[in-house]
Amino acid sequence: MAHPVGVVRWTGASRVGPPLLLVVVVALAAGPFVVAPQQLFGLVNLFAYVMLAVTWNLLAGYGGMVSVGQQASIGLGAYAVAYLAQTVGLNGFLALPVAAVMAGVVAVPVSFLAFRLVGGYFAIGTWVVAEVFRLLTVQWDAVGAGSGTSITSLSGYDRDVRLALTYWVALAAAAVVVVGSVLLVRSRFGLGLAAVRDDPVAAASTGVGVTTAKRVVFVLAAAGAGLAGGVLALGSLRVQPDSVYSVQWTAFMVFMVVIGGVGTIEGPIVGAVVFFVLQQTLAHYGATYLIVLGVVAIAMVLLAPRGLWGLLAGSRGTTLFPVGYRAVLGRRS
Amino acid sequence: MDLTNAVLQGVLLGGLYAIFATGLSLVFGVMRIVNLAHGDFATLAAFVALVLVTGVGLPVWATLLVVVPVLALLGYAVQRLLLQRALSPSPLPVLLVTFALSIVIQNGLLEVFSSDQNRLRLGRLDTASLHVGAFALGVYPLLVFVVAVLILAGLALFLSRTRTGRAMRATSDDREAAQLAGVDHRHVYGVATALAFATVAVAGVLSGAQTSFTPSSGPSLLIFAFEVVIIGGLGNLWGSLAGGIVLGVAQNVGAWVDPAQQVLAGHLVFLLVLALRPQGLFGRAVPA
Amino acid sequence: MTALLEVRDVEARYGDALALSRISLEVAEQQTLAVIGANGAGKSTLLRCLAGLMPVSAGQIRFRGESLDRVPAHRRVAAGISLVPEGRRLFASLTVTDNLLVGAHQRRPGPWDLDAVFEALPLVAQRRDRYAGALSGGEQQAVAIGRALMANPELLLLDEVSLGLAPVVIKQVYEVLPAIKAAGTTVLVVEQDVRQALAVADEVHCLLEGRTTLTGPAGSVSQEEVARAYFGV
Ligand SMILES: Nc1ncnc2c1ncn2[C@@H]1O[C@H](COP(=O)(O)OP(=O)(O)OP(=O)(O)O)[C@@H](O)[C@H]1O
Ligand SMILES: [Mg+2]
Repeated sequence: MAHPVGVVRWTGASRVGPPLLLVVVVALAAGPFVVAPQQLFGLVNLFAYVMLAVTWNLLAGYGGMVSVGQQASIGLGAYAVAYLAQTVGLNGFLALPVAAVMAGVVAVPVSFLAFRLVGGYFAIGTWVVAEVFRLLTVQWDAVGAGSGTSITSLSGYDRDVRLALTYWVALAAAAVVVVGSVLLVRSRFGLGLAAVRDDPVAAASTGVGVTTAKRVVFVLAAAGAGLAGGVLALGSLRVQPDSVYSVQWTAFMVFMVVIGGVGTIEGPIVGAVVFFVLQQTLAHYGATYLIVLGVVAIAMVLLAPRGLWGLLAGSRGTTLFPVGYRAVLGRRS
Repeated sequence: MDLTNAVLQGVLLGGLYAIFATGLSLVFGVMRIVNLAHGDFATLAAFVALVLVTGVGLPVWATLLVVVPVLALLGYAVQRLLLQRALSPSPLPVLLVTFALSIVIQNGLLEVFSSDQNRLRLGRLDTASLHVGAFALGVYPLLVFVVAVLILAGLALFLSRTRTGRAMRATSDDREAAQLAGVDHRHVYGVATALAFATVAVAGVLSGAQTSFTPSSGPSLLIFAFEVVIIGGLGNLWGSLAGGIVLGVAQNVGAWVDPAQQVLAGHLVFLLVLALRPQGLFGRAVPA
Repeated sequence: MTALLEVRDVEARYGDALALSRISLEVAEQQTLAVIGANGAGKSTLLRCLAGLMPVSAGQIRFRGESLDRVPAHRRVAAGISLVPEGRRLFASLTVTDNLLVGAHQRRPGPWDLDAVFEALPLVAQRRDRYAGALSGGEQQAVAIGRALMANPELLLLDEVSLGLAPVVIKQVYEVLPAIKAAGTTVLVVEQDVRQALAVADEVHCLLEGRTTLTGPAGSVSQEEVARAYFGV
């Protein structure tokens, strides 16, 4: 069954997005002058979550690739920042873009292996790759092996200055990821991707380079996750293999994207904010909190597959960004 | 331990892995879906057995009489009530639901049992070994291997000889045509999942007596099962046994080189197979 | 005489597109109805609705006076409706015999079993141990008919069984029809080949773009009438 690809919508709402994003970013940039350092630290995590949700949604919602192994890129990004800052002597903040590029570059050969699998097997395949990265990192003495390492080279900065810089860098990184994903989805590639996701056979016959389009998304999503990993490392100044390569990150990504609305630009951002708030308020409930998250995610997939954003946007599918089309979860059979 | 012995132990371990893989493979073959909580249901089975052993005082083998039917029923219910609703042309909903289920099970077990290591104790069987020439083989691993072969043979017979088995193969070939022949595909899906859960229950309990387990053991069991399926070749029942043996041997030889390399060695052999022979060592078609 | 099958004002849709628009027809017991029409007329859609593979968006289908509204496909087989689908749709990885045995899944009593099918369809008997995926088109069609017969249907729906077959093979396949009718089975054949359809049918029903354009006894409709109804000119 071919799903028709909708026409480009330049609705009133879709013109709101870009200026709104600008206003939000500018307002958030004032953060270090108005909120306490402890909250600043939390917001750095929020920005990382936004990056993770947006990039995972690119993979699953637009590329049709459900990865359970994005923690490979998160860990790689985190360790790249730690290694460059501690051992190579690069400024930690400058190490961030380098870490993103590295995560992207590593994803190229990985894609050649992972793309031999599809669907659920692709998902587990990416997980194996992440496990391999973790097991290799655990044996790498230069970065502290199993116990990890701390980033001390930023101690030249005054603590408040360092926190503020980290905050701004994280905000900028999140803005880059969001804008980048809007541009990607709007581009020729984005339209091709929608075609791939909705009907690979038809897309192939219309000349869209299916595999190439997917590979580009896979690599960009890895770079984005690497960037997020680097931000998390700069935030906590500590990397440890079992935590940065934890599949828990994927659980978070799944939750954020499902709650917010898979296959939309706004959904993952909404999902990241909701998840962040829930985490701040409920995290001390430990395992119970994760059980609740899991149950909510299952209920959302089955009962409200378009997520919170879908419920907000209603059946008209209002979108704040002129991306041209909406994506939906596949129909039941 | 010398190398030959490591290889032999690996072969026996392969039987256990084959049982884990069979359920994954069956569900994928019939429904084209992958249950990301596959391994967590094995852990769940092991914990239920633990309760029966420590709480009720049942011997380990007798827990199977309870755990297997309970998990089979659970499988039928999970399929009919959850997964059936998530089935769609896109794999996304099922993957999201089963991944969330995996998180729920792991944290549910964590709530009840804490993150301690557990093991099902077998008594004398734990240490009993059989001396064949220069080699000492554990009686229990040998027994597990025999059980694995019996399960695979039983499943093969079920699929080829019984009415439900035939309906399952037919549904796998063409769901609509099977409906037109009078097959209730939802029931068939439920039965396939029930069978998969039954095998997972056996594997979970048998493995729980062989190595220790925690509430978060599920993911690595899922990964091993998956590696076995890909190494053995998709949709190939006896390929699972061969794939299990390859993975078991790879892990044990890895551990022989350096105990820290056991799991990594298995992953690397898997990646090698994926790179060089994506249809699996014993499969015909490319995974699709 | 009461109708075995009654279709009342049935509508069916693919998304927003209307594929059947207010179709009504009746088939009396032991009669043969031919539904004819050009490509895309809605013939297969009608049969899919009857077999329960597709929901109707309006109207009613009754079998032996009972509504089929909430009856899923496999229950309709148990009730006595079998469809030989367009394109045969055999189970490629199963042997011919296993294909037939799946056809008997509901274990409906009646005259058809393996032996009866092998006797009525020699094409099938010769290939009983082959995998269905390895058969020629004519052999596949014969197996598809045999598989439907194994359910011992009261109403047999045949969707373009002659499609893509050589004339001699079509003849072989159609040779089984008298035996089916002799067993008391009511038949609904869908064909693009009007001559073939009229030759076997008691009644004819012509569709064009999802609408009925002609109904009547097969013996009394004229060639011109049929041509007009078929092409809509
Ligand atoms: N899966 C589908 N999705 C969307 N439209 C469909 C689908 N199947 C059929 N249609 C449309 O419904 C209409 C009726 O199709 P149907 O297959 O019932 O025709 P038919 O009379 O059987 O034609 P043919 O002789 O080619 O088999 C056609 O316009 C067709 O394009
Ligand atoms: Mg047709």
